[in-house]
Amino acid sequence: MATKTFSVAKLPGFTTTAILVFIILYLPILTLVAYSFNASQSVAIWGGFSLDWYVKAWNNDAVKDATVRSLLIAVCAAVISTAVATMAALGTTRRKAFKGQTFIYVMINQPLMVPEIVTAVSLLILFGMVKQATGIQGIGYVIFAHSAFCIPFAYLPIRARLEGMDLTLETAAADLYATPWQTFRHVTLPILLPGVIAGAMLAFVISLDDVVITEFTKSGGQDTLPTYMLGQMRRQLTPEINAISSMLLALTVVLLTAFFLLTRKND
Amino acid sequence: MTKDTAVEARNAVKAFGQGDTAVRALDDVSIEIRKGEFFTLLGPSGCGKTTLLRLIAGFEMPTSGTILLDGQDITYLPPNKRPVNTVFQSYALFPHLTVAQNIGFGLEMQGRPRAEVKATVDRMLALVKLEALASRKTSQLSGGQQQRVALARALAPSPKVLLLDEPLSALDLKLRREMQGELKRLQTETGITFIFVTHDQEEALTMSDRIGVMSAGKLQQVGTPREIYTRPLNRFVASFIGETNFMPATSNGSTLTLAGGYKMPAPPATKSGAVTVTVRPEQVKLTHTPEPGSLPATVRGVVYMGTDMNYQLHLADGTEIEACVVSDVTGEAALQAGQTVGVTFTPGAAQVLED
Repeated sequence: MATKTFSVAKLPGFTTTAILVFIILYLPILTLVAYSFNASQSVAIWGGFSLDWYVKAWNNDAVKDATVRSLLIAVCAAVISTAVATMAALGTTRRKAFKGQTFIYVMINQPLMVPEIVTAVSLLILFGMVKQATGIQGIGYVIFAHSAFCIPFAYLPIRARLEGMDLTLETAAADLYATPWQTFRHVTLPILLPGVIAGAMLAFVISLDDVVITEFTKSGGQDTLPTYMLGQMRRQLTPEINAISSMLLALTVVLLTAFFLLTRKND
Repeated sequence: MTKDTAVEARNAVKAFGQGDTAVRALDDVSIEIRKGEFFTLLGPSGCGKTTLLRLIAGFEMPTSGTILLDGQDITYLPPNKRPVNTVFQSYALFPHLTVAQNIGFGLEMQGRPRAEVKATVDRMLALVKLEALASRKTSQLSGGQQQRVALARALAPSPKVLLLDEPLSALDLKLRREMQGELKRLQTETGITFIFVTHDQEEALTMSDRIGVMSAGKLQQVGTPREIYTRPLNRFVASFIGETNFMPATSNGSTLTLAGGYKMPAPPATKSGAVTVTVRPEQVKLTHTPEPGSLPATVRGVVYMGTDMNYQLHLADGTEIEACVVSDVTGEAALQAGQTVGVTFTPGAAQVLED
């Protein structure tokens, strides 16, 4: 070899550092999952293997209730934010550069930059005013809030996919007698689909584990899984919380695997 | 406009940008393309040939002027309402569809019955010899195969005119030769009017029924390959298509006189006065010694080209010309650099240019 290129992998201690990083990343999660099978009352002292906490969590109506609500909110937020993000991505890429384009990007991605607590407090105040004025209660407020902050997470992968798409394909479709709607339906959308699915998945997962905004925007009796667990912290902590977390983790892993397989097939 | 006209552009202008910075990609172009002909728009990049094609396809609207198809004004009709299909330079095949679905796309969008779509797709697959690859994804095909799919897809809806935007430029030389023959065959078999855009003069000469040479947004000359090659109207056409020599001359209307006193018959309708004459290198004849009635010239360089010998010559008045002579098998007759030779021109080979 004539020249040596710089390679991080060849630095001394690379392997050790890498292993350490992975231990720090995954040891807490492994501990959490392991202790969900703990027979004792403690989250920290091992008392033998048991599935009791899963049974207990499964039979806990508050947990069931919170899980159903979490899934409902996440599904609604994912669908709404993905639809909005798709339109936003089409509107910001399918045209010549225009004045204020950067400003629009920043506005769309605003939830990524503004501290979540600021959004949460401002939504609390706004929703309070709306509730007082209209008297309308319900889960809609939380769904609305989640849909809003999920938009940039859905927007980014969709836009990336659109930017990588050959515009000539749409011209070709029009040349072959496709109306603008047919072009979108039969060419743009199918090619965009992996990006749309990625965006929806990301939005779903982000919504599913949100605590801050949910805590501030929910009304009484509207606990989601994460806010329920936060509530449990104030009382006695049992491995039931580990069991719930492990199930949430399993759900996420299943979703991400499904997404990976879907996109790999499409490319 | 006659009954035989497939496509006509009338005073088509396309300007990009506004005000003083506006660029006229197409500057008052009028052209008639006949039904069933293989017409080539030839010119260097940026000459406006692709812009003219895009106006006919409907991807762009002209700044002013009219586009007619079969005598109907289609200037502002969107592309999906024009019975015109395009083969794109990048092929633009739909990556999420199979070869057969790509070919059937136009018919599907037109809402043709399923049985008709299938029958036409099968016929097209046979036409471009891709029956075996019908259910493949287009990304699994070679460049030449993708080219055939693009052709079949554009031909499937039986367009009145097929537009081809430099479709062969991405192929290597051998495949390109093969596809040139293939295109010509498809055009003859289908009888569809082909408008072919290229910057390759050899491609234009070998394939076309007629050629329109473009430069700087203007149509320079329209004619058969033979007319374009043997009777170029101006300096641009003469030099863009093939190699040629330019020489100053004076004309009295019937005779052209070159600087060294050499006289040639002038083509009909030649104006009197100072003119520029062009003669192709293969029409330049050389003798070993300057004879009476020939132009003396000094050989500046000799290039062996295989079938031909190419000589760079310096005339007495300072004009540089080239001569192309078929190689002598023995090589004995080859002239040497520095030698003084006699130059004559094939009678009738001289063309007078407009500018």
